Amino acid sequence: MSLLRRVLVVLLIAALSAPVAVVAQDEEEPQMGQWEACADPENLPEVVTIGAIFGQSGNISVYGIPQSQAVALAVNQINEAEYLGEGVTLEVIYEDSAGANEQAIAAMTKLVEEDGVVAVLGPTLSSEAFSADPIAQENGVPVMGVSNTAAGITDMGEFVFRDSLPEASVIPGTVAQATEIFGLEKVGVLYGNDDDFTISGYDVFVAALEENEVEILDEATFARGDVDFNAQLTQLLSLEPDALVVSALAAEATQIIVQARQLGFEGPIIGGNGFNSPAVLANAGEASNGVVVGAAWNIASPDPLSVLFAEEYEEEYGALPDQFTAQAYTGAWLMATAIRCADSTDSADVRDALAAITDFPSPLGVFSFDENRNPVHDPVAQIAKDGAFAVLSAETAGE
Amino acid sequence: MDSFLQQVVNAVSLGAIYSLFALGYALVFSILGVLNLAHSAVFMTGAFVGLLLVDKLHQPLWIAAPLAMIAAGFVSILLEFVAFRPLRQRGAARMSQLISSIGAALLIVNLAQLAFKPLWGGTEAYFPQGLVPDQPIVIEALSLRIVPIRMIILVIALALVIALQYLVMRTRIGQQMRAVAFNQRTAALLGINVGRVYVLTFFLAGLLGGAAGLLYGLVFLNVTPFIGDDVALVGLTAIVLGGLGSINGALVGGFLVAAIQTFSIAIGGSNYKNAVVFGLLFVLLLARPQGLFGQSESTRA
Repeated sequence: MSLLRRVLVVLLIAALSAPVAVVAQDEEEPQMGQWEACADPENLPEVVTIGAIFGQSGNISVYGIPQSQAVALAVNQINEAEYLGEGVTLEVIYEDSAGANEQAIAAMTKLVEEDGVVAVLGPTLSSEAFSADPIAQENGVPVMGVSNTAAGITDMGEFVFRDSLPEASVIPGTVAQATEIFGLEKVGVLYGNDDDFTISGYDVFVAALEENEVEILDEATFARGDVDFNAQLTQLLSLEPDALVVSALAAEATQIIVQARQLGFEGPIIGGNGFNSPAVLANAGEASNGVVVGAAWNIASPDPLSVLFAEEYEEEYGALPDQFTAQAYTGAWLMATAIRCADSTDSADVRDALAAITDFPSPLGVFSFDENRNPVHDPVAQIAKDGAFAVLSAETAGE
Repeated sequence: MDSFLQQVVNAVSLGAIYSLFALGYALVFSILGVLNLAHSAVFMTGAFVGLLLVDKLHQPLWIAAPLAMIAAGFVSILLEFVAFRPLRQRGAARMSQLISSIGAALLIVNLAQLAFKPLWGGTEAYFPQGLVPDQPIVIEALSLRIVPIRMIILVIALALVIALQYLVMRTRIGQQMRAVAFNQRTAALLGINVGRVYVLTFFLAGLLGGAAGLLYGLVFLNVTPFIGDDVALVGLTAIVLGGLGSINGALVGGFLVAAIQTFSIAIGGSNYKNAVVFGLLFVLLLARPQGLFGQSESTRA
């Protein structure tokens, strides 16, 4: 039992003792929280404790550390605004999962059985969630993944939630927006047919294209590890598609983008989640201009709460937030909202209040949980421009 | 499949790289009678050194390309001294030499892996774009799309093959190589420095393998310590198909494998491409065990 127990008290005190600008709130100023949804809580103890399991060491720390920071930012704001009522402090016990399933299990067991937390945020990876979430489920403690996108996460039980959009929810919105903006009528589809992730992406793409009445001229497949896509691409491009629709992992995605551009294709290349990586853009270089991919969040989103979050995060940590931090930040606010509305630290009450959240304004957009405790909000269709993702609009598409 | 001609173009450019690579196998086999399974690591060396010179030392391609080939040539010579010669001198079985070449390949790949981490922060790096002309040539009338780099590699590969043919068939050193291939002991009795011929053969094989690796890197931009794996089996298939130890066989075999792969992708999908290649190889070997251009031992090389 060499678990690192990281209590945030020190950080909290530091943040709370910092000079708080008590400026009269401008009516127009956006503010986090669903203040009107329920009355101010009256029955909460002075300290409400939740847990957070993020990978804070090892490879995975590139996600886990910003996630912890985003939660800390949200909790500071929640306490400052007295969102849980006067004199009530939300406290977070952070645990490190290190990307290891066993460590995630140990962390969850400690939080749920020893610390007796009201609810848990995390863990970072879907595989960790599959290992650790059943412990929360058995003990009747709500757990919310803020970065789990694999299928079947919330099937583990009624106490398991997530606020991270699974791929099946991102693609349809992206296809719809791309169809409208580019006026797509006919496309060529290319996908890896020996990988669960790329096949499921392909299935969702086909359904979304049908929904938007876009004709699929032809389909071509590839296998994992392929490097030469000229045979498939020349075949698809000879039919003169308006766009290429591609379901591939990052390595193949890069090659496909580069080779399609080498062959003179200038239209949009619409990709699945495998394309949603700065490495793909960096490696494909100029060729990546015009790559369209959906995401749960983009820093360029014009939503006022999103703009506010990006400013506050950057000010606090000196780094730009990404999709994972926006989801972690929103997750902490959602959990606080559930505790506020439940007006109780009983885990079952909090679970019910969490499941009841609808139309919550957040950096991710207007957020609700569906009946399976999966997130519902509009994805952001992004277009690659000069090595970065911009929000897809008639303007960014036209340039 | 609407675009037969287009697929021919695709196959030919891929085949040029396969052939260049397979020639290295064929050269060494024709002289030693042993497969050098570390040739795929030599291939990787060509791409690796080329990338290093272009990306990290900012050398123009016309300097980087010959240096990368020469570096691969020296790695190939090193293989002769470390993996083959000591075993041969102790009269070890050919099988042991084969195994020791596999070991050498693993070692070289692992060394490259060690070097990749500090250089490029992982196991993957990319050639900068625009190094070679990348405006596609589109011929509307034939609905053809041709990527210039693919035509360039075809020309370079063919030029190297012709140079090799000339060297082996028309020069004194080529004569010596053929003599050693015919019978090592007789060649030695005739005053040929057999050891030197071995070294030269490995160097030539390395030059070609390195060139293949560099061109492969330039076409696909992507270089990893493991790119040799992409072609290792393909190259072996090419020389078995063409006839072990036959230079023309390796050449034709490379193009043939590329064509079979390309057309099976265009018709049936990528998953079956290697199944089709090996299926045809099996059928061919049943009908003609010595391969397409296979010759009897005495006239090899």
